[in-house]
Amino acid sequence: MFYRTSGQFKTSYTADMALFPVRQDAILLAVILAFAWVILPLTASEFAFQTLLIPILIYSLAAMGLNILTGYAGQLSLGTAAFMGVGAYACYKLVTIMPWMNPVVAILMSGVFSAGVGVAFGIPSLRIKGFYLAIATLAAQFFLVWLFEKWAWLYNYNASGAIQVPTLEMFGVTVAGPTASSHVQYYVVLGIVTLMTILCINLTRGTLGRTWKATRDMDIAAELIGINLMKSKLTAFAISSYIVGVAGALFVFMWRGAAEPNLFDIPLSFRILFIAIIGGLGSVLGNYLGAILIVGLPVILNTLPETFGLPISSATVEHLNIMIVGALIVFFLIIEPHGLARLWALIREKLVIWPFPH
Amino acid sequence: MDFLNSLLVQPFADMFAAPDFLMQVLWEGLVSGILYALIALGFVLIFRSSRIFNFAQGIMVVFAALTLVGFHEMGVPAWISVILSLGVMFVLAVSIERVVLRPLVGQPDIILFMATIGITLFLIGFGELIFGGENKIMITEELGIPTGEFIFEPFGGFLLLEQKDVTAVVVAAVLVIALLAFLNKTRMGRAIRALGDDHQAALSVGISLQTIWVLVWFIAGIIALVTGIAWGARAGVSFALEVIAYKALPVLMLGGLESITGAIIGGLMIGLMEKLFEIYWGQPLLGGNTETWFAFVLALIVLLFRPQGLFGERIIERV
Repeated sequence: MFYRTSGQFKTSYTADMALFPVRQDAILLAVILAFAWVILPLTASEFAFQTLLIPILIYSLAAMGLNILTGYAGQLSLGTAAFMGVGAYACYKLVTIMPWMNPVVAILMSGVFSAGVGVAFGIPSLRIKGFYLAIATLAAQFFLVWLFEKWAWLYNYNASGAIQVPTLEMFGVTVAGPTASSHVQYYVVLGIVTLMTILCINLTRGTLGRTWKATRDMDIAAELIGINLMKSKLTAFAISSYIVGVAGALFVFMWRGAAEPNLFDIPLSFRILFIAIIGGLGSVLGNYLGAILIVGLPVILNTLPETFGLPISSATVEHLNIMIVGALIVFFLIIEPHGLARLWALIREKLVIWPFPH
Repeated sequence: MDFLNSLLVQPFADMFAAPDFLMQVLWEGLVSGILYALIALGFVLIFRSSRIFNFAQGIMVVFAALTLVGFHEMGVPAWISVILSLGVMFVLAVSIERVVLRPLVGQPDIILFMATIGITLFLIGFGELIFGGENKIMITEELGIPTGEFIFEPFGGFLLLEQKDVTAVVVAAVLVIALLAFLNKTRMGRAIRALGDDHQAALSVGISLQTIWVLVWFIAGIIALVTGIAWGARAGVSFALEVIAYKALPVLMLGGLESITGAIIGGLMIGLMEKLFEIYWGQPLLGGNTETWFAFVLALIVLLFRPQGLFGERIIERV
């Protein structure tokens, strides 16, 4: 009833392949966008901005980058956090070397550096496959984090070894640094994430996306029908690392405010992999659903004991959190191995014919 | 020129100038190599029999060691704690098979891999909840492991071997031989190898998947406990031990995911080479702490020439 498609006729192939073949999808998206752009910023508290809205957007962007590589092109990567680090450090160097630079431009440029590093570490994927490649990407993970620590030029020879976000202005408004307001940061993040999402949706629908999917499904067969595997895999690495790098720059500049090398250690990589897999590999929507779950869950779990007045120490809550997240990952994998996006697709199918069963 | 000298000449000159120190470095490398090999062995067993890339192996090491120390802290005698810990590992194997693996049979590899990461997180949270996050001391003496030192004086120098490391090497060797005998000589062992070779064929001749999976995870648990004792005796027991689990991954790449010999030789190679590189190249040239990534980069380079690892099965691809 809510999703009835009757009366929506398509008379051409183009119309059938349009971004929104069903009108209700477009309406739903418009509602979500209105929420994200207008209603949430008006109503959210400072706490909600800092613990939910901004991190969810940034994590979904990072997961989207990983999803292009793992979900669309089928190359399992465990080094996402390191590429986020490359983006963050590149952005830091850009704004300290060229302080007059527009911060948004700096953030978008920093992705270029992580794309370069991504391609370099993607070259082994031409010969190595599957889990061997996954372990090979760990080489990037450990090597880059070590480099962030040892190469003092990257953090401008600070005594602390960490990078501190300087105060940055754009058109007279402070967008980064300790004095920036959450509203401004939220809008910057939302703007970039929206832009990247549009880019990703269209990339994955187009020729490049189909090339990736063919590579993922069976690379030898793809090669036989004339797909250049090298081009396909390396573009996936480049675009994925670009998005992940931008997410890393946002992560530090718009949210954390400072970063140490170990911030980009392997738990962050796994966190993003969880988001991509629980959300659904090979789906753009899934990244958002996964990020809402993985970021939102610990926040909810942390507030639960207080609301029920249970006397549990914060360390215990922390341990319980890890345990519950682990159990939930297994639980979600068992109920729907294809992720939350698939769950939504099933619900949508039901809604199309609701209230009838068939 | 100066750089080339410190890269190509100086390290070897140092090695020859102090052969006793070189031997000490090699020994340290050998000991950690053996422990990497043990962890990798747990991976290989599970991978061979179920195609599951078990990320939880490293955390099982920590969990087993913590359980052992935890039981002993409750006042249980050392050797009974060992038996109880083995019991806990068995319960863990059964519950993982029942709760996690059975519902996920036939799913793509990456899903099972993620599930083992879920198990990892669960065990970390569970372990910290029960045993606390602080570093604990392994009950070395209570288990009757000698803690003295052997001191040799080769080439008029000085070489120190800790007795607990010697014990670890001996125990590891015995464990590996026992495991190989089990896999090659017993019915159960043959069933495990059959499952590894061809799942469907093994099922059709009546090998029970469930029993074998529990068995394999239990063996992995035993290996984890031994590794946990050996490593805990060197560095104490805490979740920081988790990092050694990551070291087992390049070992797997080098040795191949299916090969038991590969795991052992790969482990020894990585242990030796990363120590040598750290002492003679890493610390003087790169500012040290290269052990975190050297093994991975080495494995990556080897893999570029042999994509299935040094001892892995040849990859045959069909469309």
